[in-house]
Amino acid sequence: MANTPDDRKYADSHEWAFLEDDGTIRVGISDHAQELLGDLVFVELPEVGRTVGKGDECSVVESVKAASDIYSPVSGEIIAVNDSLEDEPELINQAAYDEGWIFVIQPVDESELDELLDNDAYLGSIEE
Amino acid sequence: MPFIPHSKLDTEQMLSTIGVDSIDDLFDEIPLSLRCNELNKIPQGLSEMEVTRLMRERASQDGRPLCFLGAGAYEHHIPAAVWELTTRGEFYSAYTPYQAEASQGTLQLLYEYQSMMASLMSMDVSNASLYDGSSALAEAVLMAVRANRQSKSKKILLPSTINPVYRQVTHAIVKNQGIELVEVPFDPVTGKTDQSALRQYSAEDFAALVIPQPNFFGVLEDVDVLTQWATSNKMLSIAVVNPMAMALLKPPGEWGEAGVDIVCGEGQPLGAPLASGGPYFGFMCCQQKHVRQMPGRIIGRTTDLDGKEGFTLTLQAREQHIRRSKATSNICTNQGLLVTAATIYMSLLGPEGLKKVALNSHKNTQLLVQRLEQIKGVKRVFSGSNFHECVLVLEADVEKIIASLAKDHHILAGLELSKYYPNLTNSLLVCATETRTEQDIEHFAVTLEKLL
Repeated sequence: MANTPDDRKYADSHEWAFLEDDGTIRVGISDHAQELLGDLVFVELPEVGRTVGKGDECSVVESVKAASDIYSPVSGEIIAVNDSLEDEPELINQAAYDEGWIFVIQPVDESELDELLDNDAYLGSIEE
Repeated sequence: MPFIPHSKLDTEQMLSTIGVDSIDDLFDEIPLSLRCNELNKIPQGLSEMEVTRLMRERASQDGRPLCFLGAGAYEHHIPAAVWELTTRGEFYSAYTPYQAEASQGTLQLLYEYQSMMASLMSMDVSNASLYDGSSALAEAVLMAVRANRQSKSKKILLPSTINPVYRQVTHAIVKNQGIELVEVPFDPVTGKTDQSALRQYSAEDFAALVIPQPNFFGVLEDVDVLTQWATSNKMLSIAVVNPMAMALLKPPGEWGEAGVDIVCGEGQPLGAPLASGGPYFGFMCCQQKHVRQMPGRIIGRTTDLDGKEGFTLTLQAREQHIRRSKATSNICTNQGLLVTAATIYMSLLGPEGLKKVALNSHKNTQLLVQRLEQIKGVKRVFSGSNFHECVLVLEADVEKIIASLAKDHHILAGLELSKYYPNLTNSLLVCATETRTEQDIEHFAVTLEKLL
Protein backbone atom coordinates (compact mmCIF):
# COMPACT_ATOMS: atom_id res chain seq x y z
CA MET A 1 0.00 0.00 0.00
CA ALA A 2 1.25 3.46 -0.87
CA ASN A 3 2.73 5.58 1.87
CA THR A 4 0.51 8.64 2.47
CA PRO A 5 1.00 10.43 5.81
CA ASP A 6 -2.19 11.83 7.32
CA ASP A 7 -0.64 15.13 8.42
CA ARG A 8 -1.06 16.79 5.02
CA LYS A 9 -3.32 17.21 1.99
CA TYR A 10 -2.98 15.85 -1.53
CA ALA A 11 -3.88 17.00 -5.04
CA ASP A 12 -5.27 14.71 -7.77
CA SER A 13 -2.12 15.56 -9.68
CA HIS A 14 -0.06 13.90 -6.89
CA GLU A 15 1.40 16.90 -5.08
CA TRP A 16 1.26 17.02 -1.26
CA ALA A 17 0.75 20.24 0.71
CA PHE A 18 1.86 20.53 4.33
CA LEU A 19 0.73 23.47 6.47
CA GLU A 20 3.66 24.75 8.54
CA ASP A 21 3.24 26.43 11.94
CA ASP A 22 4.06 29.82 10.41
CA GLY A 23 1.17 29.54 7.95
CA THR A 24 3.32 28.75 4.92
CA ILE A 25 2.71 25.63 2.85
CA ARG A 26 5.43 23.17 1.93
CA VAL A 27 4.91 21.27 -1.33
CA GLY A 28 6.30 18.06 -2.76
CA ILE A 29 5.14 15.02 -4.70
CA SER A 30 3.69 11.87 -3.18
CA ASP A 31 5.58 8.66 -2.68
CA HIS A 32 3.21 7.08 -5.18
CA ALA A 33 4.14 9.71 -7.78
CA GLN A 34 7.90 9.26 -7.32
CA GLU A 35 7.41 5.52 -7.69
CA LEU A 36 5.55 5.96 -10.97
CA LEU A 37 8.20 8.30 -12.33
CA GLY A 38 11.14 6.11 -11.40
CA ASP A 39 14.67 7.41 -10.80
CA LEU A 40 14.61 11.18 -10.93
CA VAL A 41 17.49 12.80 -12.77
CA PHE A 42 16.57 16.48 -12.75
CA VAL A 43 14.26 18.93 -11.02
CA GLU A 44 13.56 22.32 -12.54
CA LEU A 45 12.75 24.47 -9.53
CA PRO A 46 10.41 27.47 -9.62
CA GLU A 47 11.85 30.96 -9.09
CA VAL A 48 11.60 32.36 -5.59
CA GLY A 49 9.31 35.37 -5.60
CA ARG A 50 7.08 34.09 -8.36
CA THR A 51 3.34 34.39 -7.84
CA VAL A 52 1.36 31.30 -8.78
CA GLY A 53 -2.30 30.43 -8.94
CA LYS A 54 -3.79 27.18 -7.71
CA GLY A 55 -3.18 24.58 -10.42
CA ASP A 56 -0.43 26.56 -12.23
CA GLU A 57 2.53 24.64 -13.62
CA CYS A 58 5.52 25.80 -11.64
CA SER A 59 8.15 23.08 -11.67
CA VAL A 60 9.20 20.05 -13.70
CA VAL A 61 10.48 16.75 -12.37
CA GLU A 62 12.32 14.63 -14.87
CA SER A 63 13.11 10.95 -14.65
CA VAL A 64 14.85 8.76 -17.18
CA LYS A 65 11.51 7.97 -18.77
CA ALA A 66 9.31 11.02 -18.29
CA ALA A 67 9.19 14.69 -17.46
CA SER A 68 6.18 15.79 -15.41
CA ASP A 69 4.84 19.17 -14.48
CA ILE A 70 4.30 20.03 -10.85
CA TYR A 71 1.16 22.07 -10.27
CA SER A 72 0.86 24.44 -7.35
CA PRO A 73 -1.80 23.04 -4.99
CA VAL A 74 -2.68 26.53 -3.70
CA SER A 75 -2.37 30.17 -4.81
CA GLY A 76 0.37 32.35 -3.41
CA GLU A 77 3.99 33.36 -3.66
CA ILE A 78 6.93 30.95 -3.85
CA ILE A 79 9.13 31.92 -0.90
CA ALA A 80 11.65 29.07 -0.83
CA VAL A 81 12.84 26.22 -3.05
CA ASN A 82 14.78 23.10 -2.17
CA ASP A 83 18.18 23.86 -3.71
CA SER A 84 19.52 20.46 -2.64
CA LEU A 85 17.46 18.92 -5.43
CA GLU A 86 19.70 20.58 -8.03
CA ASP A 87 22.49 18.18 -7.18
CA GLU A 88 20.46 15.41 -5.58
CA PRO A 89 17.14 14.98 -7.36
CA GLU A 90 17.09 11.45 -5.94
CA LEU A 91 16.10 12.95 -2.58
CA ILE A 92 12.56 12.84 -3.94
CA ASN A 93 12.87 9.11 -4.54
CA GLN A 94 14.42 8.56 -1.14
CA ALA A 95 12.24 10.79 1.03
CA ALA A 96 9.35 12.27 -0.91
CA TYR A 97 7.71 13.71 2.23
CA ASP A 98 10.82 15.08 3.96
CA GLU A 99 14.14 15.96 2.35
CA GLY A 100 12.47 15.66 -1.04
CA TRP A 101 10.21 18.71 -0.62
CA ILE A 102 10.24 21.00 -3.66
CA PHE A 103 9.07 24.49 -2.68
CA VAL A 104 7.37 26.54 0.03
CA ILE A 105 4.52 28.85 -0.78
CA GLN A 106 3.05 31.78 1.16
CA PRO A 107 -0.63 31.14 0.51
CA VAL A 108 -3.07 33.89 -0.35
CA ASP A 109 -5.93 31.93 1.12
CA GLU A 110 -5.18 29.07 3.48
CA SER A 111 -8.68 27.69 3.05
CA GLU A 112 -7.75 26.52 -0.46
CA LEU A 113 -6.19 23.60 1.38
CA ASP A 114 -9.68 22.37 2.20
CA GLU A 115 -10.33 21.77 -1.48
CA LEU A 116 -7.53 19.18 -1.57
CA LEU A 117 -7.87 15.51 -0.70
CA ASP A 118 -7.06 14.04 2.70
CA ASN A 119 -4.83 10.97 2.81
CA ASP A 120 -7.69 8.46 2.69
CA ALA A 121 -9.35 10.12 -0.28
CA TYR A 122 -6.02 10.39 -2.10
CA LEU A 123 -5.25 6.76 -1.35
CA GLY A 124 -8.68 5.84 -2.69
CA SER A 125 -8.06 7.84 -5.86
CA ILE A 126 -4.75 6.14 -6.65
CA GLU A 127 -6.01 2.66 -5.89
CA GLU A 128 -8.94 2.92 -8.27
CA MET B 1 13.23 -1.56 -40.09
CA PRO B 2 10.41 -3.44 -41.86
CA PHE B 3 7.36 -1.54 -43.04
CA ILE B 4 4.34 -3.24 -41.48
CA PRO B 5 1.06 -1.43 -41.96
CA HIS B 6 -1.69 -1.75 -39.38
CA SER B 7 -4.68 -3.82 -40.32
CA LYS B 8 -8.13 -2.50 -39.50
CA LEU B 9 -8.26 -4.98 -36.65
CA ASP B 10 -4.90 -3.77 -35.24
CA THR B 11 -6.17 -0.20 -35.28
CA GLU B 12 -9.42 -1.13 -33.57
CA GLN B 13 -7.61 -3.08 -30.88
CA MET B 14 -5.21 -0.25 -30.21
CA LEU B 15 -8.03 2.28 -30.01
CA SER B 16 -10.04 0.12 -27.65
CA THR B 17 -6.98 -0.49 -25.44
CA ILE B 18 -6.56 3.23 -24.86
CA GLY B 19 -10.31 3.82 -24.67
CA VAL B 20 -10.76 5.99 -27.74
CA ASP B 21 -13.48 5.53 -30.36
CA SER B 22 -11.75 6.72 -33.49
CA ILE B 23 -8.43 7.99 -34.76
CA ASP B 24 -9.99 11.42 -35.25
CA ASP B 25 -10.64 11.59 -31.50
CA LEU B 26 -6.88 11.56 -30.94
CA PHE B 27 -6.73 15.01 -32.54
CA ASP B 28 -9.46 16.49 -30.35
CA GLU B 29 -7.09 19.01 -28.82
CA ILE B 30 -6.72 20.75 -32.18
CA PRO B 31 -9.64 23.20 -32.53
CA LEU B 32 -11.92 22.45 -35.49
CA SER B 33 -11.28 25.90 -36.91
CA LEU B 34 -7.60 25.09 -37.33
CA ARG B 35 -8.07 21.85 -39.23
CA CYS B 36 -7.72 21.92 -42.97
CA ASN B 37 -9.55 18.61 -43.43
CA GLU B 38 -9.00 18.25 -47.17
CA LEU B 39 -6.00 19.42 -49.13
CA ASN B 40 -7.93 21.16 -51.90
CA LYS B 41 -4.99 22.94 -53.45
CA ILE B 42 -2.93 19.85 -54.11
CA PRO B 43 -3.15 18.86 -57.78
CA GLN B 44 -4.05 15.39 -58.99
CA GLY B 45 -1.35 12.77 -58.73
CA LEU B 46 0.98 11.98 -61.63
CA SER B 47 2.43 8.65 -62.64
CA GLU B 48 6.10 7.93 -62.04
CA MET B 49 6.74 8.28 -65.77
CA GLU B 50 5.07 11.69 -65.86
CA VAL B 51 6.90 12.92 -62.78
CA THR B 52 10.27 11.77 -64.10
CA ARG B 53 9.70 13.68 -67.31
CA LEU B 54 8.49 16.79 -65.53
CA MET B 55 11.48 16.82 -63.18
CA ARG B 56 13.97 16.22 -66.00
CA GLU B 57 12.53 19.19 -67.88
CA ARG B 58 12.68 21.38 -64.80
CA ALA B 59 16.23 20.27 -63.97
CA SER B 60 17.47 21.12 -67.44
CA GLN B 61 16.28 24.70 -66.92
CA ASP B 62 18.74 25.03 -64.05
CA GLY B 63 21.74 24.66 -66.33
CA ARG B 64 25.27 24.70 -64.88
CA PRO B 65 25.83 28.39 -64.13
CA LEU B 66 29.07 29.82 -62.78
CA CYS B 67 28.15 30.71 -59.23
CA PHE B 68 29.17 33.87 -57.36
CA LEU B 69 26.00 33.78 -55.30
CA GLY B 70 26.09 32.94 -51.60
CA ALA B 71 23.73 34.69 -49.20
CA GLY B 72 23.23 31.70 -46.95
CA ALA B 73 24.04 28.66 -49.09
CA TYR B 74 27.47 28.09 -50.60
CA GLU B 75 28.99 26.04 -53.38
CA HIS B 76 31.87 24.02 -51.97
CA HIS B 77 33.64 21.06 -53.49
CA ILE B 78 32.18 17.83 -52.12
CA PRO B 79 34.49 14.80 -52.39
CA ALA B 80 32.81 12.01 -54.37
CA ALA B 81 33.07 9.65 -51.41
CA VAL B 82 30.70 11.78 -49.33
CA TRP B 83 27.48 10.97 -51.15
CA GLU B 84 28.68 7.55 -52.28
CA LEU B 85 28.84 6.57 -48.59
CA THR B 86 25.87 8.64 -47.45
CA THR B 87 23.51 6.94 -49.89
CA ARG B 88 24.48 3.42 -48.85
CA GLY B 89 21.40 1.53 -47.73
CA GLU B 90 22.58 1.40 -44.12
CA PHE B 91 22.53 5.19 -43.85
CA TYR B 92 19.87 6.13 -46.36
CA SER B 93 17.11 7.32 -44.07
CA ALA B 94 16.04 10.88 -43.45
CA TYR B 95 15.43 10.36 -39.75
CA THR B 96 16.90 8.83 -36.67
CA PRO B 97 15.16 5.46 -36.65
CA TYR B 98 12.22 5.28 -34.27
CA GLN B 99 13.64 2.22 -32.55
CA ALA B 100 16.81 4.18 -32.16
CA GLU B 101 18.97 1.84 -30.13
CA ALA B 102 18.52 -0.93 -32.70
CA SER B 103 20.55 1.18 -35.12
CA GLN B 104 23.89 1.49 -33.37
CA GLY B 105 25.71 2.52 -36.55
CA THR B 106 23.45 5.51 -37.09
CA LEU B 107 23.70 6.50 -33.45
CA GLN B 108 27.47 6.25 -33.50
CA LEU B 109 27.58 8.44 -36.60
CA LEU B 110 25.39 11.05 -34.89
CA TYR B 111 27.61 10.88 -31.83
CA GLU B 112 30.68 11.49 -34.00
CA TYR B 113 28.84 14.38 -35.66
CA GLN B 114 28.06 15.93 -32.28
CA SER B 115 31.69 15.55 -31.20
CA MET B 116 32.95 17.23 -34.37
CA MET B 117 30.50 20.12 -34.14
CA ALA B 118 31.20 20.71 -30.45
CA SER B 119 34.91 20.74 -31.27
CA LEU B 120 34.52 23.06 -34.28
CA MET B 121 32.45 25.50 -32.22
CA SER B 122 34.47 24.97 -29.04
CA MET B 123 31.23 24.32 -27.15
CA ASP B 124 30.33 21.66 -24.56
CA VAL B 125 27.38 20.02 -26.28
CA SER B 126 25.85 19.64 -29.75
CA ASN B 127 22.49 18.16 -30.61
CA ALA B 128 22.00 15.75 -33.49
CA SER B 129 20.84 18.60 -35.78
CA LEU B 130 17.74 20.61 -36.52
CA TYR B 131 15.72 21.36 -39.63
CA ASP B 132 17.70 24.23 -41.17
CA GLY B 133 19.64 27.36 -40.27
CA SER B 134 16.68 29.71 -39.99
CA SER B 135 14.53 27.44 -37.82
CA ALA B 136 17.64 26.68 -35.73
CA LEU B 137 17.78 30.39 -34.91
CA ALA B 138 14.10 30.33 -33.97
CA GLU B 139 14.78 27.35 -31.69
CA ALA B 140 17.76 29.17 -30.17
CA VAL B 141 15.56 32.19 -29.43
CA LEU B 142 12.90 30.01 -27.77
CA MET B 143 15.63 28.21 -25.85
CA ALA B 144 17.20 31.47 -24.64
CA VAL B 145 13.87 32.70 -23.33
CA ARG B 146 13.45 29.44 -21.37
CA ALA B 147 17.04 29.36 -20.16
CA ASN B 148 17.52 32.97 -19.06
CA ARG B 149 15.75 32.89 -15.73
CA GLN B 150 17.18 36.25 -14.68
CA SER B 151 15.21 37.90 -17.44
CA LYS B 152 11.50 38.53 -17.11
CA SER B 153 11.19 39.82 -20.64
CA LYS B 154 10.52 37.82 -23.75
CA LYS B 155 12.51 40.23 -25.87
CA ILE B 156 15.50 39.41 -28.04
CA LEU B 157 17.99 41.81 -29.63
CA LEU B 158 18.42 40.82 -33.25
CA PRO B 159 20.96 42.72 -35.38
CA SER B 160 19.74 43.73 -38.82
CA THR B 161 22.94 42.16 -40.17
CA ILE B 162 21.43 38.72 -39.62
CA ASN B 163 20.27 36.86 -42.73
CA PRO B 164 16.89 38.54 -43.43
CA VAL B 165 15.28 35.20 -44.21
CA TYR B 166 16.32 33.95 -40.77
CA ARG B 167 14.66 37.01 -39.26
CA GLN B 168 11.41 36.31 -41.13
CA VAL B 169 11.33 32.63 -40.20
CA THR B 170 12.23 33.32 -36.58
CA HIS B 171 9.54 35.98 -36.35
CA ALA B 172 6.94 33.62 -37.82
CA ILE B 173 7.80 30.91 -35.32
CA VAL B 174 8.15 32.94 -32.12
CA LYS B 175 5.59 35.75 -32.47
CA ASN B 176 2.65 33.67 -31.28
CA GLN B 177 4.58 32.78 -28.16
CA GLY B 178 4.72 36.46 -27.26
CA ILE B 179 8.40 36.85 -28.07
CA GLU B 180 9.48 40.19 -29.48
CA LEU B 181 12.47 40.59 -31.79
CA VAL B 182 14.00 44.05 -31.47
CA GLU B 183 16.15 45.05 -34.42
CA VAL B 184 19.61 46.59 -33.90
CA PRO B 185 20.79 48.68 -36.89
CA PHE B 186 24.18 48.32 -38.58
CA ASP B 187 26.91 50.92 -38.97
CA PRO B 188 26.64 52.11 -42.62
CA VAL B 189 30.41 52.60 -42.81
CA THR B 190 31.71 49.30 -41.45
CA GLY B 191 28.71 47.04 -42.11
CA LYS B 192 28.93 45.75 -38.53
CA THR B 193 26.30 45.87 -35.81
CA ASP B 194 26.16 49.44 -34.51
CA GLN B 195 27.48 49.31 -30.97
CA SER B 196 26.33 52.80 -30.03
CA ALA B 197 22.79 51.80 -31.03
CA LEU B 198 23.17 48.66 -28.98
CA ARG B 199 24.25 50.58 -25.89
CA GLN B 200 20.89 52.36 -25.81
CA TYR B 201 19.40 49.06 -24.70
CA SER B 202 21.74 48.57 -21.73
CA ALA B 203 19.13 49.50 -19.17
CA GLU B 204 16.39 47.32 -20.66
CA ASP B 205 15.59 43.72 -19.91
CA PHE B 206 16.32 41.37 -22.81
CA ALA B 207 16.60 37.60 -22.73
CA ALA B 208 19.36 37.40 -25.33
CA LEU B 209 21.49 39.08 -27.98
CA VAL B 210 21.99 37.37 -31.34
CA ILE B 211 25.49 37.66 -32.83
CA PRO B 212 26.10 36.67 -36.47
CA GLN B 213 29.61 35.68 -37.62
CA PRO B 214 30.20 36.47 -40.40
CA ASN B 215 27.11 38.61 -40.80
CA PHE B 216 24.84 38.62 -43.87
CA PHE B 217 27.13 41.17 -45.59
CA GLY B 218 30.04 38.76 -45.14
CA VAL B 219 31.50 41.22 -42.62
CA LEU B 220 33.15 40.03 -39.41
CA GLU B 221 31.44 41.34 -36.30
CA ASP B 222 33.26 42.38 -33.12
CA VAL B 223 32.17 39.16 -31.49
CA ASP B 224 34.20 39.47 -28.29
CA VAL B 225 32.81 42.91 -27.52
CA LEU B 226 29.24 41.87 -28.37
CA THR B 227 29.41 38.68 -26.28
CA GLN B 228 30.85 40.54 -23.31
CA TRP B 229 28.25 43.28 -23.64
CA ALA B 230 25.46 40.68 -23.54
CA THR B 231 26.94 38.98 -20.48
CA SER B 232 27.41 42.22 -18.57
CA ASN B 233 23.78 43.13 -19.30
CA LYS B 234 22.51 39.75 -18.04
CA MET B 235 21.54 38.58 -21.51
CA LEU B 236 22.37 35.22 -23.00
CA SER B 237 24.33 35.30 -26.24
CA ILE B 238 23.28 33.37 -29.35
CA ALA B 239 25.90 33.00 -32.08
CA VAL B 240 24.71 32.39 -35.65
CA VAL B 241 27.74 31.20 -37.55
CA ASN B 242 28.85 29.72 -40.83
CA PRO B 243 30.49 26.44 -39.73
CA MET B 244 33.08 26.69 -42.49
CA ALA B 245 34.22 30.08 -41.21
CA MET B 246 34.77 28.58 -37.77
CA ALA B 247 37.64 26.49 -39.16
CA LEU B 248 39.49 29.78 -39.60
CA LEU B 249 38.05 32.21 -37.06
CA LYS B 250 37.83 32.20 -33.29
CA PRO B 251 35.01 29.76 -32.42
CA PRO B 252 32.00 31.02 -30.40
CA GLY B 253 32.97 28.98 -27.34
CA GLU B 254 35.91 31.38 -27.00
CA TRP B 255 34.17 34.70 -27.60
CA GLY B 256 34.31 37.17 -24.74
CA GLU B 257 35.44 35.91 -21.37
CA ALA B 258 33.32 32.78 -21.11
CA GLY B 259 32.06 32.08 -24.63
CA VAL B 260 28.52 32.34 -25.94
CA ASP B 261 25.61 30.42 -24.44
CA ILE B 262 24.11 29.00 -27.63
CA VAL B 263 25.44 28.54 -31.16
CA CYS B 264 23.30 27.75 -34.18
CA GLY B 265 23.48 27.99 -37.93
CA GLU B 266 23.14 26.39 -41.31
CA GLY B 267 25.08 23.19 -41.92
CA GLN B 268 24.81 23.20 -45.73
CA PRO B 269 28.45 24.25 -46.36
CA LEU B 270 29.50 20.92 -44.83
CA GLY B 271 28.85 18.51 -47.66
CA ALA B 272 25.38 19.44 -48.93
CA PRO B 273 25.11 20.51 -52.57
CA LEU B 274 23.23 23.66 -53.56
CA ALA B 275 19.59 22.87 -54.23
CA SER B 276 16.51 25.02 -54.53
CA GLY B 277 16.04 25.62 -50.86
CA GLY B 278 17.33 22.35 -49.54
CA PRO B 279 17.24 19.89 -47.95
CA TYR B 280 19.93 21.40 -45.76
CA PHE B 281 20.33 21.07 -42.00
CA GLY B 282 20.48 23.27 -38.94
CA PHE B 283 22.92 22.77 -36.12
CA MET B 284 22.91 23.81 -32.49
CA CYS B 285 25.46 23.70 -29.70
CA CYS B 286 25.33 25.07 -26.18
CA GLN B 287 27.08 25.26 -22.87
CA GLN B 288 26.59 22.29 -20.56
CA LYS B 289 24.51 24.35 -18.11
CA HIS B 290 21.81 24.91 -20.75
CA VAL B 291 21.62 21.37 -22.05
CA ARG B 292 18.22 20.57 -20.57
CA GLN B 293 16.69 23.46 -22.45
CA MET B 294 18.21 22.41 -25.76
CA PRO B 295 15.71 21.05 -28.29
CA GLY B 296 16.32 18.05 -30.46
CA ARG B 297 17.95 14.73 -30.08
CA ILE B 298 21.23 14.13 -28.30
CA ILE B 299 23.11 10.86 -28.60
CA GLY B 300 25.18 9.64 -25.66
CA ARG B 301 27.91 7.04 -25.39
CA THR B 302 27.52 4.51 -22.63
CA THR B 303 28.24 0.90 -21.69
CA ASP B 304 25.63 -1.84 -21.79
CA LEU B 305 24.98 -4.49 -19.13
CA ASP B 306 27.86 -6.58 -20.46
CA GLY B 307 30.24 -3.64 -20.25
CA LYS B 308 30.32 -3.13 -24.01
CA GLU B 309 30.32 0.33 -25.55
CA GLY B 310 26.99 1.41 -26.94
CA PHE B 311 25.18 4.53 -28.10
CA THR B 312 21.80 5.72 -26.93
CA LEU B 313 19.35 8.58 -27.15
CA THR B 314 19.76 10.65 -24.03
CA LEU B 315 17.86 13.49 -22.35
CA GLN B 316 14.79 12.48 -24.31
CA ALA B 317 12.23 12.79 -21.52
CA ARG B 318 11.36 16.29 -22.76
CA GLU B 319 10.85 15.31 -26.37
CA GLN B 320 7.55 15.16 -28.10
CA HIS B 321 7.10 11.40 -28.09
CA ILE B 322 6.93 11.64 -24.30
CA ARG B 323 5.85 15.22 -23.54
CA ARG B 324 3.61 15.72 -26.58
CA SER B 325 2.45 19.35 -26.68
CA LYS B 326 4.65 20.24 -23.70
CA ALA B 327 7.84 19.08 -25.38
CA THR B 328 10.86 21.39 -25.47
CA SER B 329 10.18 21.70 -29.17
CA ASN B 330 7.54 20.39 -31.51
CA ILE B 331 9.01 21.62 -34.74
CA CYS B 332 12.40 20.09 -34.42
CA THR B 333 13.35 17.20 -36.49
CA ASN B 334 16.82 16.21 -37.36
CA GLN B 335 18.20 15.90 -40.84
CA GLY B 336 19.87 12.54 -40.44
CA LEU B 337 20.86 12.13 -44.05
CA LEU B 338 22.42 15.58 -44.41
CA VAL B 339 24.18 15.13 -41.09
CA THR B 340 25.56 11.82 -42.36
CA ALA B 341 27.00 13.68 -45.34
CA ALA B 342 28.38 16.43 -43.08
CA THR B 343 30.04 13.89 -40.78
CA ILE B 344 31.68 12.09 -43.67
CA TYR B 345 32.67 15.42 -45.25
CA MET B 346 34.32 16.62 -42.04
CA SER B 347 36.00 13.24 -41.52
CA LEU B 348 37.49 13.31 -45.02
CA LEU B 349 38.73 16.90 -44.79
CA GLY B 350 39.79 16.96 -41.16
CA PRO B 351 40.49 20.22 -39.32
CA GLU B 352 43.33 21.14 -41.70
CA GLY B 353 41.26 20.47 -44.78
CA LEU B 354 38.36 22.56 -43.49
CA LYS B 355 40.76 25.36 -42.70
CA LYS B 356 42.16 25.22 -46.24
CA VAL B 357 38.68 25.42 -47.75
CA ALA B 358 37.85 28.40 -45.53
CA LEU B 359 41.14 30.13 -46.29
CA ASN B 360 40.89 29.60 -50.04
CA SER B 361 37.32 30.85 -50.03
CA HIS B 362 38.47 33.96 -48.18
CA LYS B 363 41.39 34.49 -50.59
CA ASN B 364 39.24 34.02 -53.69
CA THR B 365 36.72 36.51 -52.41
CA GLN B 366 39.49 39.05 -51.82
CA LEU B 367 40.69 38.46 -55.39
CA LEU B 368 37.17 38.78 -56.74
CA VAL B 369 36.51 42.04 -54.92
CA GLN B 370 39.87 43.54 -55.95
CA ARG B 371 39.22 42.59 -59.56
CA LEU B 372 35.66 43.89 -59.65
CA GLU B 373 36.68 47.13 -57.97
CA GLN B 374 38.96 47.82 -60.94
CA ILE B 375 35.82 48.18 -63.03
CA LYS B 376 34.61 51.77 -63.29
CA GLY B 377 31.35 52.19 -61.40
CA VAL B 378 31.93 49.27 -59.01
CA LYS B 379 32.71 50.03 -55.38
CA ARG B 380 32.93 48.12 -52.17
CA VAL B 381 30.27 49.32 -49.70
CA PHE B 382 31.60 48.45 -46.21
CA SER B 383 35.02 48.86 -44.64
CA GLY B 384 34.71 45.89 -42.26
CA SER B 385 36.83 42.76 -42.88
CA ASN B 386 35.20 39.93 -44.79
CA PHE B 387 35.12 36.17 -44.70
CA HIS B 388 33.99 35.02 -48.14
CA GLU B 389 31.28 37.48 -49.14
CA CYS B 390 31.27 41.20 -49.81
CA VAL B 391 28.72 43.90 -50.68
CA LEU B 392 29.46 45.99 -53.77
CA VAL B 393 27.53 48.92 -55.19
CA LEU B 394 27.20 49.39 -58.95
CA GLU B 395 26.35 52.50 -60.92
CA ALA B 396 23.75 50.59 -62.88
CA ASP B 397 20.44 48.79 -62.53
CA VAL B 398 21.74 45.74 -60.70
CA GLU B 399 18.54 43.70 -61.01
CA LYS B 400 18.79 43.95 -64.80
CA ILE B 401 22.46 43.05 -64.79
CA ILE B 402 21.87 40.00 -62.59
CA ALA B 403 19.11 38.86 -64.92
CA SER B 404 21.19 39.37 -68.03
CA LEU B 405 24.25 37.63 -66.60
CA ALA B 406 22.13 34.65 -65.60
CA LYS B 407 20.13 34.38 -68.82
CA ASP B 408 22.71 35.24 -71.45
CA HIS B 409 26.01 34.33 -69.78
CA HIS B 410 25.14 31.58 -67.28
CA ILE B 411 26.69 33.52 -64.41
CA LEU B 412 24.98 33.86 -61.04
CA ALA B 413 26.35 37.26 -60.11
CA GLY B 414 25.08 37.54 -56.55
CA LEU B 415 22.16 38.97 -54.62
CA GLU B 416 20.78 42.49 -54.87
CA LEU B 417 20.02 43.62 -51.34
CA SER B 418 17.56 46.52 -51.59
CA LYS B 419 14.61 44.17 -51.22
CA TYR B 420 15.83 43.50 -47.67
CA TYR B 421 17.78 46.73 -47.03
CA PRO B 422 16.06 49.65 -48.83
CA ASN B 423 19.13 51.90 -48.38
CA LEU B 424 21.36 49.49 -50.27
CA THR B 425 20.04 50.20 -53.76
CA ASN B 426 21.94 48.68 -56.67
CA SER B 427 24.01 46.64 -54.29
CA LEU B 428 25.40 43.22 -55.07
CA LEU B 429 26.36 40.64 -52.45
CA VAL B 430 29.04 38.46 -54.07
CA CYS B 431 30.82 35.31 -52.95
CA ALA B 432 33.73 33.24 -54.22
CA THR B 433 34.39 29.91 -52.54
CA GLU B 434 37.40 27.64 -53.04
CA THR B 435 35.70 26.32 -56.18
CA ARG B 436 36.24 29.57 -58.13
CA THR B 437 39.42 29.94 -60.14
CA GLU B 438 41.26 33.06 -61.31
CA GLN B 439 39.87 32.39 -64.78
CA ASP B 440 36.32 32.23 -63.39
CA ILE B 441 36.85 35.56 -61.68
CA GLU B 442 38.35 37.12 -64.80
CA HIS B 443 35.48 35.80 -66.92
CA PHE B 444 32.92 37.27 -64.51
CA ALA B 445 34.72 40.63 -64.39
CA VAL B 446 35.08 40.94 -68.16
CA THR B 447 31.47 39.96 -68.76
CA LEU B 448 30.21 42.35 -66.11
CA GLU B 449 32.31 45.20 -67.46
CA LYS B 450 30.73 44.82 -70.89
CA LEU B 451 27.26 45.20 -69.40
CA LEU B 452 28.03 48.38 -67.46
